Amino acid sequence: MENLLRNKALSGWLLATPLTLVLAFFLVLPIILIVVVSFWQATEFSIIPAFTWENYEFLFGSPVTYKVFLNTFKYAAITWAMTLLIGFTVAYFLAFHVRTQTWQIALFLLCTIPFWTSNIIRMISWIPFLGRNGIANSALLSWGVIDEPLEWLLFSDFAVVLAFVHLYTLFMVVPIFNTMMRIDRSLIEAARDAGANGAQILWNVIIPLTKPGMMIGTIFVVALVMGDFITVRFMSGSQSANVGRLISNDIALLNYPSAAATAVVLLLTVLLTIGILLRFVDIRKEL
Amino acid sequence: MEPRPRSFYVLAGFFTLFMLFLYGPTITIGILSFQGPGGGLTFPMQGTSLHWFRDLFEKQAVGDIWGSFRRSFMLGLMVMVTTVVVSVMGGLAFRKRFPGSSVLFYLIITSLVIPSILISLGVGLMFSQGGLDVHWATSGYGAQLTWTLPFGLLIMFAVFNRFDKSYEEAARDLGATPWQTLRHVVLPIIAPSLIGVALFGFTLSYDEFARTLLTSGSYNTLPLEIFGMTTNVTTPVLYALGTLTTAFSLVIIGVFLCIALWGARRKAKVGSDAGSGLV
Repeated sequence: MENLLRNKALSGWLLATPLTLVLAFFLVLPIILIVVVSFWQATEFSIIPAFTWENYEFLFGSPVTYKVFLNTFKYAAITWAMTLLIGFTVAYFLAFHVRTQTWQIALFLLCTIPFWTSNIIRMISWIPFLGRNGIANSALLSWGVIDEPLEWLLFSDFAVVLAFVHLYTLFMVVPIFNTMMRIDRSLIEAARDAGANGAQILWNVIIPLTKPGMMIGTIFVVALVMGDFITVRFMSGSQSANVGRLISNDIALLNYPSAAATAVVLLLTVLLTIGILLRFVDIRKEL
Repeated sequence: MEPRPRSFYVLAGFFTLFMLFLYGPTITIGILSFQGPGGGLTFPMQGTSLHWFRDLFEKQAVGDIWGSFRRSFMLGLMVMVTTVVVSVMGGLAFRKRFPGSSVLFYLIITSLVIPSILISLGVGLMFSQGGLDVHWATSGYGAQLTWTLPFGLLIMFAVFNRFDKSYEEAARDLGATPWQTLRHVVLPIIAPSLIGVALFGFTLSYDEFARTLLTSGSYNTLPLEIFGMTTNVTTPVLYALGTLTTAFSLVIIGVFLCIALWGARRKAKVGSDAGSGLV
């Protein structure tokens, strides 16, 4: 044991073994299998290990695919913009306007607690708000803003994006707050001494220094939204589709090869997007 | 103290609205779960009662809620313990910059960003092609680890980035073996963060849906059970269950926070003998 701990490479490998095993068995192997199965054939009742391109041909030959991919990007882009805006503002308030550390920690915790509760319940909890007879509609009706209940509040793209923002803004708040707290306060003082006003400090000092945090938040939000299928299914009332839903529909039909082919394309898309984002930030350094 | 600028009040207002947005819906279903027996899924309340909670405890027509709760709880504990142990070992490993560590790092990132349904599909396929039965405690457990471990490791990276190496050097200078340094110096210092890792491990597992969807086999976990209910239950019993689960999660978070607080107090009290002197 003593000698092992002294040999850096060997002890490093030994310590990393459990992690490597878990990832090999439950991440790498499943991905390989998905790639393999995406070239298999499917009949109505079973899947056959015979090489074919037909799953990909069907996928790229169908106009639905392009529409659904476009829709996935749309959700990701809108959600990203909203979460970044809200997340930055909240983090900025916590980091620069709340003065005592106790309050900072308390309010920060308040922001993070929902993350540790169930996403499904949090989606369900929008029903009484957005439903046809929900709080939003009754309030708008009683104020005379609208004459009849709005139908597009629940089970629509609006509801999907709302739920995404509700679920994932936290992933922006946490890394942005983390980066902001590491900004050297004397830089801000220097800017103020040099005559910068609040807006200039925000734009020329704080935002540039907060970029790594925004990048990490972006990676989380984009990955989560692009890989989602359950939020879209639940909040759109099965009326909208993203790539995740395409996969889950194929799975429900037991057409695993087709699901696998879509999954491979989705995985490549996500990894490419995240790969590009990772060029702008060194995650390990920023933690 | 200088007076607060006007921007403070604007931002404080924004923050309050954000809190309302974050907690409003949950509080609403909390209230609605006390709906009277004749009430529906929205306001107005038709009186107040514990009717829907009683429903949850009495008849089992709405599925196997308590069985699924027990399974989710067990699974959460299993995932929690594994996440803590593997993350600490992994975190220590990455400090040594062993060959191949960057590949492993990118695997961790992949595990974090990969769409959950791919894990579900892949692990499900792996078990079915391998002739094994999917079960929450085997395939479900493994699939959930691919979600909790990246978080655990990211926390460990953050912890070790802030770790003061001079403590270890001091221990070494005093003649401690590497194992003694780890056991008596490093682990006690990082212990509070492990509470965080444990909290992530338990709650992420307890609430996980997509990765268990195709990997839990014939016995559902609680989130799967709840999702099943959304398609065929149209009474406030759904809210009652939601309220109970959320309350349970809050209790768990509270317990972890208390442990963290207690740890910090204890550390402040007995962690240092500075000032006590020798004579």
